[in-house]
Amino acid sequence: MEELKVDKHIQYILSIEKEKDSFMALTMEHLRMNGAYWGLATLDILQNIATVDQNEVISWIMSCWDEESGGFAGNVGHDPHLLYTLSAVQILALLNRLDILDVEMVSKYVSGLQNVDGSFAGDMWGEIDTRFSYCAICCLSILRSLDKIDVAKAVDYIVSCKNLDGGFGCTPGGESHAGQIFCCVGALSITGSLHHIDKDLLGWWLCERQCSDGGLCGRPEKLSDVCYSWWVLSSLIMIDRVHWIDKGKLTKFILNCQDCENGGISDRPDNAVDVYHTYFGVAGLSLMEYPGLKTIDPAYALPVDVVNRFFFPE
Amino acid sequence: MHGRPRKPQRAVDAAAATANASKLQDLQSQLIHNHHLRLDFDRYTNEAISVCSKLLEINPEINTAWNYRKFAFQHNLHETTNSEHIKSLVDDELRVVEMALRENPKSYGAWYHRKWIFSQGLADVDFDREFLLLDQLLQADSRNFHGWNYRWFVSKLKDVPDPEELEVSKEMVMTNFSNYSVWHNRSVLLSRLLNNKAEGFFEREGILTKEYGFVHDALAAGSKVQSGWFYHLCLLHQTITPNEISLISSWPPHESALVLSAIRDTGYYFTNTRKLPIVLYFNQTVKGVNSSSVIVNSMLFKNEELVWKPLPPTKSEKAACWVTYLQFPDMKSWEAKVYVIEVKIDHSEAIISSCSGSRSIHPLNFRFTLSLNYDNLEFAESVDELLDWTDVESLGVESNDLVSFDQSKLSEDLVSGFSKWQMQTISGEINLIETLSKENCKFDKLTLARLLIAHNAMLSHKTPVTERQIHFREVLELFDDLVKLDPKHSKYYEDEKSLVLMNQVTFDKKSFSNHCSSSRNYISSKLHLHGCMQLRNLSLTRIGYVERLLWVQVLDLSYNKLRSIEGIEALQLLTCLNLRNNQICSFTALQPLKLLSYLKVLDISFNDIGAHPVDTARYLFSSPSTRSVELDKEFLEDYCRSKVDITNNWEAICLFRDLQLHQLDVKNNAVADKNFRDLLTKALPTLMWLDGERLR
Repeated sequence: MEELKVDKHIQYILSIEKEKDSFMALTMEHLRMNGAYWGLATLDILQNIATVDQNEVISWIMSCWDEESGGFAGNVGHDPHLLYTLSAVQILALLNRLDILDVEMVSKYVSGLQNVDGSFAGDMWGEIDTRFSYCAICCLSILRSLDKIDVAKAVDYIVSCKNLDGGFGCTPGGESHAGQIFCCVGALSITGSLHHIDKDLLGWWLCERQCSDGGLCGRPEKLSDVCYSWWVLSSLIMIDRVHWIDKGKLTKFILNCQDCENGGISDRPDNAVDVYHTYFGVAGLSLMEYPGLKTIDPAYALPVDVVNRFFFPE
Repeated sequence: MHGRPRKPQRAVDAAAATANASKLQDLQSQLIHNHHLRLDFDRYTNEAISVCSKLLEINPEINTAWNYRKFAFQHNLHETTNSEHIKSLVDDELRVVEMALRENPKSYGAWYHRKWIFSQGLADVDFDREFLLLDQLLQADSRNFHGWNYRWFVSKLKDVPDPEELEVSKEMVMTNFSNYSVWHNRSVLLSRLLNNKAEGFFEREGILTKEYGFVHDALAAGSKVQSGWFYHLCLLHQTITPNEISLISSWPPHESALVLSAIRDTGYYFTNTRKLPIVLYFNQTVKGVNSSSVIVNSMLFKNEELVWKPLPPTKSEKAACWVTYLQFPDMKSWEAKVYVIEVKIDHSEAIISSCSGSRSIHPLNFRFTLSLNYDNLEFAESVDELLDWTDVESLGVESNDLVSFDQSKLSEDLVSGFSKWQMQTISGEINLIETLSKENCKFDKLTLARLLIAHNAMLSHKTPVTERQIHFREVLELFDDLVKLDPKHSKYYEDEKSLVLMNQVTFDKKSFSNHCSSSRNYISSKLHLHGCMQLRNLSLTRIGYVERLLWVQVLDLSYNKLRSIEGIEALQLLTCLNLRNNQICSFTALQPLKLLSYLKVLDISFNDIGAHPVDTARYLFSSPSTRSVELDKEFLEDYCRSKVDITNNWEAICLFRDLQLHQLDVKNNAVADKNFRDLLTKALPTLMWLDGERLR
């Protein structure tokens, strides 16, 4: 079996930072904050976060902060959004520099996006999605500010998006999708509300995402894709049903999606690599206890040693 | 990025890419520039808006660009009252969205922009255009969930009746049986119509029967596709939901006579906890169990003072199992007589099914008596002898155990309180799937196994044992086949099988008696325990049917393959538990033990605790990681002083500090080193025996 090309992947992550002018890099420009999180989290799991200049990263992150609203944008000059606010907070947690934040302002931004029914808007324009419920809950939990929102209502809204197949959709009635399931299961985990889930029913739906090539897909009758190694696997772990899939086959699938020459991991074997799939591939391997990797927490999508700092401050 | 091949670019492509890139870069920087000028001048030139349109046409994912459009739209709207002008502003936005969707039909930003425009309620919506757009999109990709979500949005805006949409879903399923999205849509519409008792949908059973017919057609056409099977499972769940809430077992059992005693002698059921549980186990998850929905009448206690708690405890206070504790602060005042305690559950409608919302409950009373063994009122803790699990052998059954077994199953007749339709449907489905069944189709087999399990649950206790045994064997064989047929999910089938095994060994007196051991011989000289159950070496991976074991005080589950003990919290009398030689991976997986206040003896040796960095039980129970347990500062400091590494041992600390164990066996786990023993002696001040050695 192929091995994980740790050094190549580190080189790959470091190289994409420099390559800013290609078309692909430019289409990602608006979500550079997410990209930074994927890249840095990968480096940390690979035990190599020291290779980046932390001060540079932090000052760039803070230049994406919108003082007026308290939220973070995807890049300098863009508008703030929950998606990027969570990534920014996750990166600062990863670098153990949460102290730089105006926690009051950031949590005010997040809590201000909660609606009366408990749901969350992504930003001031009001798009509602359970993805944003996760972003808000995860972000506030990291900042120890969950008391700023109505957690019970937030949980009720997520539960209202539960389907008869045990999974969750974007909004009530929306089809179950592994990415969405991660968000809902993650939010319920963080708030200690997993009892709302029928673990056997959802676990079966999730384990049936393993395709004959060993990879995982996001919905029934779909192709496998490395990113679901994260969405499906983390959800299965949170509900204690991860033993229902064949980890050996999945490990092989992920390793087969590596670009062994230039580093990086792609969605499927022999496709073009990107930082998103590189992160989810490496994170998936970490969830399967691949040797030499830091263990990642399935709910916070951060290494366990980082997450433990939220509960047990030094 | 999905589906892009990994190959070096050709020179021509590279040149084109560079050109595209510089165009994109130019547009992006212009947008950001214009977006910021907006703040200074509140001015939106046509040129700036057109730059934004061009940008979104190339990259519809840029939120800030959509935001810019929304600002501009609001600004322009402010400037005009002319309805024609407003309509053209709206049309412009819709056109940009359509162009963006052509580039990326899964763009969140584009879809939301369209919804946002319509939500302003400014112009009449051309619904034909919207449904045409949807038809085109779903034709191109019938699984695009953005499209489906948009369909919900538009049909709500237009007030399309659900039955009409249900018809649409039928047509779509007929054209493509493997379209899970349509099946899903159908399940949502149908359950909404049924729950609202909409016109034409009063008759739940008739409607569900028709749905079965519909899904049969689909399965007959292509039984290899998953979608139809998932829908079938969804129907099955709706079929087997019990109509009525009923109590299926309790502790103490009906008509039982309990003698309380403190130390060794003839009495039962008492330790120095000075409390006695009353456990209620319902046929489904319920809420609303409290001192007004369940009345406990006795001369010993005030009913209003009893607090009912769900097991396991959850924030939403829902559970199938509920417990309250009768406290005995001072027994010296008791008279030498037999006290009658009566438990009454009536029609109060206060108890609500948390799955169906039904308030219909089968009224029930049960009673038991309490008396005190007067000779032993000193609450001395008599357990300082080492309990040797190897003494546990099946030495014949003590009659008391089986009496408990019978009585704890309160309402056998109610268990078979399923309607004729439910039983007929399940039997019909079994026959049908058996005839439909093709060689080696895993969904056939799995569905059949699930149907047989459902059927088994509906059998009345009058059903001959042999018939049940045949059922059990059939299901177990199906799961064995499935393990071979679909090895990557073998652990799923093993877990399902484990529940069948638990069912098999606990369903009647005879099979039960093979697993009950005589308590008198080995335990009674040390502890006053009489409910002993031995489930050794059965390949159990998890436990189930705990409602049949409420009376068990000594439970031997050693030499199984248990990964989880969820459910064990219902066994409120459990005093000695043997989990030796199982596959428990973490201390968090043992958290349910914290709810067992009688537990004194625990053997978790020869497990996998500490062997895995990933803790799959981390978020299941109350703990610091679910923000439901805060470790207080003083406590943390105390541990820090004793040089215990809290961060790496909080799972163990959180578990053991809430247990009052006398005897613990933890050897042969990855964690069991010297430091860990120190931690244990600190966390467990009551501990006398650790790994067979006397501590204190």
